[in-house]
Amino acid sequence: MGQIIAELSGELVTLFISILSALPAIIGYVAVILLFMLIVKVIRQRMQPAHDYTSLKTVTFGDESTVVSDKAASIISVILIFVIWGAFTGTSWLPRLMHAPGPFLGEASFTYTVEAEDGTRDDATVKLVVHEAGNVPEGLEVAPGDGTAKDDVLAVQAYRSKLLRWDANDEVTRKDGAKVVAIDGRAIDRDTDVDTGFARVALTDKGTLNIEPGKGWQMENIWLPAPDSVWSRLISVSRDGYQNVTLAEHLSYSLFRVIVGFILGALVGIPMGYAMGLSNWFRGWFDPIVEFMRPVPPLALIPLVIIWAGIGEQGKIILIFLAALWIMAIAARSGVSGVAISKVHAAYSLGASKGQIMRHVIVPNSLPEIFTGARVAMGVCWGTVVAAELVAAEKGVGKMIVAASKFQDTDIVLMGIILIGIIGFGIDVLMRMGERWLVPWKGRV
Amino acid sequence: MMSGMQIQNISMRFDLPNGSHVQALLDVTLDLKQGELMSVLGPSGCGKTTLLNIVAGFLAPTEGQIMLNGHQVLGPDAERGMVFQQGALFEWMSVRDNVSFGPRMAGKKAADWAENVDHLLDVVGLQDFKEKMVYELSGGMQQRVALARCLANDPDVILMDEPLGALDALTREKMQGLVLKLWKETGKTIILITHSVEEALLLGERLLVMAPRPGRIHKEYRLPFADLGVGKDLREVKTHPEFGPRREEILSMIWDMEEEIMGRTEENA
Repeated sequence: MGQIIAELSGELVTLFISILSALPAIIGYVAVILLFMLIVKVIRQRMQPAHDYTSLKTVTFGDESTVVSDKAASIISVILIFVIWGAFTGTSWLPRLMHAPGPFLGEASFTYTVEAEDGTRDDATVKLVVHEAGNVPEGLEVAPGDGTAKDDVLAVQAYRSKLLRWDANDEVTRKDGAKVVAIDGRAIDRDTDVDTGFARVALTDKGTLNIEPGKGWQMENIWLPAPDSVWSRLISVSRDGYQNVTLAEHLSYSLFRVIVGFILGALVGIPMGYAMGLSNWFRGWFDPIVEFMRPVPPLALIPLVIIWAGIGEQGKIILIFLAALWIMAIAARSGVSGVAISKVHAAYSLGASKGQIMRHVIVPNSLPEIFTGARVAMGVCWGTVVAAELVAAEKGVGKMIVAASKFQDTDIVLMGIILIGIIGFGIDVLMRMGERWLVPWKGRV
Repeated sequence: MMSGMQIQNISMRFDLPNGSHVQALLDVTLDLKQGELMSVLGPSGCGKTTLLNIVAGFLAPTEGQIMLNGHQVLGPDAERGMVFQQGALFEWMSVRDNVSFGPRMAGKKAADWAENVDHLLDVVGLQDFKEKMVYELSGGMQQRVALARCLANDPDVILMDEPLGALDALTREKMQGLVLKLWKETGKTIILITHSVEEALLLGERLLVMAPRPGRIHKEYRLPFADLGVGKDLREVKTHPEFGPRREEILSMIWDMEEEIMGRTEENA
């Protein structure tokens, strides 16, 4: 137990240090937003002030009804995300002026000083060629020059580092007891690295040189691809597909699973919830099952569903069905319990039968609750299907991003995440539209 | 066949989870003729709402029975319409669909009820609002919809559970006039529960004062004010020489009961 606590405390410290190191970036971001807030405020003061009822209220702090989402802030927020994303990936969508300093690229040279065992020294020049990934320069050669130490040439990919066996062509070697003592005339040893301005040079245990060209502030493409490369990936993948599956196919499979699973869940869950709201026996029957299954996250069922139903469509639809089932059952149950008893009494006194009360009173009265539940369930289902596809699937947007991540196609991963977000948002918007259309009295009773 | 309604020796007693029990009603007997208007008054806890729920058929009495037109009341039925304090309207229906709910549920064709529903909407002054949804109406209008909905079903008895309690004073007075007018025009038997002594005096040929613990009939009056008030300004009725003394008498009766309850509660504490 003590060991666990010690380990977890260590994790906590690591986490805290990471947060601290991110703090300047976070503060900078907030400062930019606040700056824009001031600018927008100044601009608005010069414009004609609004004169609607809300703008005349003097108490706004604490009055939630006066708080509306500021359109300008939303636009700035979105633009800023793209600008930051672009600036730190060197996108072609932004002028170079706005880019964060990128990695060093091109040619540069530094000298190293070799001290032989007898104390004699000689300098040699290393020509460093830093190139982009997949763009390896060929036929690099330099004249060896004079002296005991000969000139070298070294090609390094940006963001990578490389060891330089400087004595490969030298007349004195490490075997002879020679060692590098200075870079560009500055002393170097095991504990002291030298920054040449374009690269960091360090001495390894074995006496070779580790050359690490400057990385700048930009993110490497496989960590964070630029927005333009995500966009061009979107176009190419939607045209040609990825790994022989088109984007439309990936998306349709995911949506198919969600919609079929959700509809099945609703078809079973809503009657189940109604039964729980209308009969003691059914409530007693389902209560333990529903109350137990509700807190179990659907993701925890993935392994079991794979064991039982395999990785085909059935397993995934069962999973989505289970994700939707409990939420819909609980929504329908609370929809029934939300019916004012006076409405049911009124309907009975007007001569309605049980069936008529079900159809004309209980069902319409529970619709708002059911819609709320359906929105929640759809969100959970969409998240669950993506997660299930991450684990095991042949097609689907989750499968696409996990496959892409294995090939370090981070642009596809990012594109997939953005599409997942957009589709999830779109589903919620559609549900809200349906709600407004079918339950116009919601919140007005 | 006997007409009218006989409430025969109704008692209501139920157990509480802690083992004690509540005698909500004790031996209530009443005889209402068809077309009578009776208001019921009493301090809280006197069982008047319980009595109304038993008459409506929502509760079964532990003793006694209720006979209506010669048969026993065993559950809710279209012959006994109900108007609640808050309209209990169906928000998902238009005003017209609310009012025509009873006939529609009985499976009648639109041609058979449309005229009557339109007439009732005229009577309650909502002809221009019939296509509106009920949540778009004010509280007073909603209550008029509830009245029209009840009448459209043509019940023999109308039960009103503080139907005007949630309305502002002005609307309330207008609605009181409307209730009297509808009573006279339709000849329905009406039982009306209220908290307001004035309302009970104005809207009761018979006025029943109930006493609490156990709920029982304390005193019954026969009053001329309802008949006088039909089609008249109700403020005129209140100037009737008998009105003031009656009001004071009943008010002090209820005050005494309330004080007695307070005293008993203090004793228990």
